[in-house]
Amino acid sequence: MITLSGVHKAFGANQVLRGIDLTIPANESMVIIGGSGTGKSVLLKCILGLVHPDAGTITVAGEDVELASREAFLARFGMLFQGGALFDSLPVWQNVAFRLLRGATKRAAAEARAIAIEKLRRVGLKPDVADLYPAELSGGMQKRVGLARAIAAEPQIIFFDEPTTGLDPIMSGVINELIREIVVEMGATAMTITHDMTSVRAIADRVAMIHGGKVRWTGPVAEMDETTDPYVQQFIHGRADGPIESVR
Amino acid sequence: MNLAAPLARLGRSVLTTLAATGRLGMFAGDTLGHLIRPPFYLREFMHACLQIGWLSLPVVGLTALFTGAALALQIYAGGARFSAEAVVPSIVAIGMVRELGPVLGGLMVAARVASSIAAEIGTMKVTEQIDALVTLSTHPMKYLTVPRVLAATLTMPLLVAVGDTIGIMGGWLVGVHRLDFNSATYIKTTWDFLEFWDVGSGLVKGAAFGFIVAVMGCYHGMNSARGAQGVGRATKSAVVAASVLILAANYLLTEVFFSA
Repeated sequence: MITLSGVHKAFGANQVLRGIDLTIPANESMVIIGGSGTGKSVLLKCILGLVHPDAGTITVAGEDVELASREAFLARFGMLFQGGALFDSLPVWQNVAFRLLRGATKRAAAEARAIAIEKLRRVGLKPDVADLYPAELSGGMQKRVGLARAIAAEPQIIFFDEPTTGLDPIMSGVINELIREIVVEMGATAMTITHDMTSVRAIADRVAMIHGGKVRWTGPVAEMDETTDPYVQQFIHGRADGPIESVR
Repeated sequence: MNLAAPLARLGRSVLTTLAATGRLGMFAGDTLGHLIRPPFYLREFMHACLQIGWLSLPVVGLTALFTGAALALQIYAGGARFSAEAVVPSIVAIGMVRELGPVLGGLMVAARVASSIAAEIGTMKVTEQIDALVTLSTHPMKYLTVPRVLAATLTMPLLVAVGDTIGIMGGWLVGVHRLDFNSATYIKTTWDFLEFWDVGSGLVKGAAFGFIVAVMGCYHGMNSARGAQGVGRATKSAVVAASVLILAANYLLTEVFFSA
């Protein structure tokens, strides 16, 4: 379980997070929605320790993120970055097996390659992709390689930062299905940031909406359409009129 | 007119410069700290040796060749004014190994390597590859900075040694084929004139310049701002800062090594 309590973060005069209180239950898929620039990615980076909050506490399975031993703490996580963030200088299989080729979970190269190819197959990519470089792949393939890398070491917690941004609807559907399957199959705790409401309905067990640096609404995905919160209603229906200013 | 405004601007500039110097000093210190603590990434180190050392050989060699050749012509022309043409081999040799070999080699490597390191790491930063490294339990300083700094510090003296040799050879080519020196006499004069510390000091300078080049490339790459403009600015800053620091360090090291 991930618990955030009173998390604040500012960049200079820009107060991004103004007291986030949120609980992500273990083995559930939480989707974070909210307008651009509302601090969703910052929140995710705070949990990973990539950004340090100015105030508040974040615990993962009861362990304070700021006090945890970094390597052991990060070994529990997998992350799919918005742009893939694949390492250009490494072939696809070494990207996928990156964690398996070094550090505490180091395996023999042949074994790591076999695992990488299996994970690539899991995300619908053929073995001959393994020796290509990221620059030789399409956007959708890069995203799937990123997904394979995120699950390669079978983490307990997986973060997905805008997994379908920039993809066509069919590829978005494929990625959504994959994420849902992987989360269910691995029994992982998942946290996804997205603006894509189709993805929200496909991936989420629970949804949280961030607005004004705080959690505006949170609840099961089945209750999202029924909520009377005007901010949630404006966002999920994509209306220009409403309490959320369209010019921000 | 507010008379305090120029003073305030000056104060802000001084504070900004001091803060940047402090950050750079901490970065260099952090790099040295990680140099001696595991894990070590041998594959990345070997790759950096190839990129920084081996692939810089052509540019360093060509620079040294033409510099040695031009130096021979200049010393011959200058020496002729007081009938001292015979000093050409000695001055070419000492000029190359003490100063021109390490300094010009350092500047050429700064242009080639500091720029490429800053651009590569800067691009990694803006495309979240450095964040990805962290989430994969890999320390960016250890994986990106330490192999490059170590490789540059160790391969730069070798580049300087090769550059010195080729530079002296450039002087010999001009001396023998243009200025009618006897080949064997030119080589013997060069060999007899040079002392161990003439060469050794240049190699130590090379190591220091290699450290500067890689640290500046990594520092500016790691601190690159977002977007193509940010990476471009980081690349430019890395080359300018490395070049200026090389020239300043060269003066300081020369003072330390050779001041009476």
